[in-house]
Amino acid sequence: MAERRKVVIIGSGPAGLTAAIYAARAQLEPLVIEGEPSSNSDQPGGQLMLTTDVENYPGFVDGVMGPELMAIMRAQAMRFGAELRTAKVSRLDLSSPSPFPLWVGDPDADEPTVLTDALIVATGARSLMLGCPNEERLLGYGVSTCATCDGFFFREQHIAVAGGGDSALEEALFLTRFATKVTVVHRRDELRASKIMQERAFKNPKIEFLWDSVIVDVLGDTKVSGIRIRHTTSEETFELPVSGLFVAIGHEPNSALLKGQLELQGNGYVRTIGRTTKTSVDGVFACGDVQDDYYRQAVTSAGSGCMAAIDAERWLEERGE
Amino acid sequence: MSDKIVTLSDATFDEHVKSSDVPVLVDFWAEWCGPCKMIAPILEEIADEQAGKIQIAKLNVDDSSEVASRFEVRSIPTLILFKDGEPEVRLVGAKPKGQLVQELSAYL
Repeated sequence: MAERRKVVIIGSGPAGLTAAIYAARAQLEPLVIEGEPSSNSDQPGGQLMLTTDVENYPGFVDGVMGPELMAIMRAQAMRFGAELRTAKVSRLDLSSPSPFPLWVGDPDADEPTVLTDALIVATGARSLMLGCPNEERLLGYGVSTCATCDGFFFREQHIAVAGGGDSALEEALFLTRFATKVTVVHRRDELRASKIMQERAFKNPKIEFLWDSVIVDVLGDTKVSGIRIRHTTSEETFELPVSGLFVAIGHEPNSALLKGQLELQGNGYVRTIGRTTKTSVDGVFACGDVQDDYYRQAVTSAGSGCMAAIDAERWLEERGE
Repeated sequence: MSDKIVTLSDATFDEHVKSSDVPVLVDFWAEWCGPCKMIAPILEEIADEQAGKIQIAKLNVDDSSEVASRFEVRSIPTLILFKDGEPEVRLVGAKPKGQLVQELSAYL
């Protein structure tokens, strides 16, 4: 028979774990289905697992390592009795009112794994890929979405970064620690990154920019040897010999599981109601990057995780549970 | 760390991998790598469960960059399975336990 829960939280980044801390302290005995190890951010600990120094999370004067911060949050949630399960939700069904059935493992099993009164969705976001032909094949062989994980292997080499936002410039600046030269390839003629990041990047002698340029393919047999670029104004195509390509063109929400189950915005992010974490389905709450396409910070994620736990707790109270 | 896991370095890698009676799965990792930390407990479990069939070894790429660059490791975690000293299976990136075991099933 399906296990019965008052609250299930899907995801274990700052949003999911903060929701778990609050729900556990409210004696709701939450189950956190934290995801499974992977290197693309849909994973236990969330996107901070792919970072090094986090300097803007309040409470850490000298900064904290991303994976370390997540280990602390996890331990804090467990201290209050949250149960964490390293697994992935394969299916959920929100078509009937609460309790909601969730499946872990075989999505076609007759019996769901868990039935939960309230559901908190904190599945986060992941890096967007370029989608060019050889990108996926060369992922891990010179193509990377994580400068902090892989930059180390590109000492004294020329590498390219795709993107024009803050995360692209952060990666580019980080990569100058190792690379001889970093070429930022951006499809427009101006950056959308913040002024402070732009200033830092423009000042760095190792960083150069290719404007109005789109990466159409990644070259290389067993490892990256270059990228093919199309200049959008002249329509000329040329090759840039680089040994690495770091992709930082933005994020997409991990909302595939929710499609057709609750209301999403046009860009795939979960729609929440007003200033709450309520979604279009009564009893389902969303927090963190899966519903935030604007702030996307660890601390705002944690804040919305707290809100989701409080919203869920009050919702359960109103139902008299 | 499980006592079934060995730690290798640039100095000990070749001899260990060549002289081992069973295939050696080398985990290329570093302290600053989050996904490496995620799979560490999985490797401990596999080391205990598959003792005698496969040897799990850890190689810190910060300390032993020669071996890492010889095998062109460009991303961590990278797991390479060596049989009779030769690389046979290469797995890049953190993966769930079930998937790791499946990809290594021919050697377990």
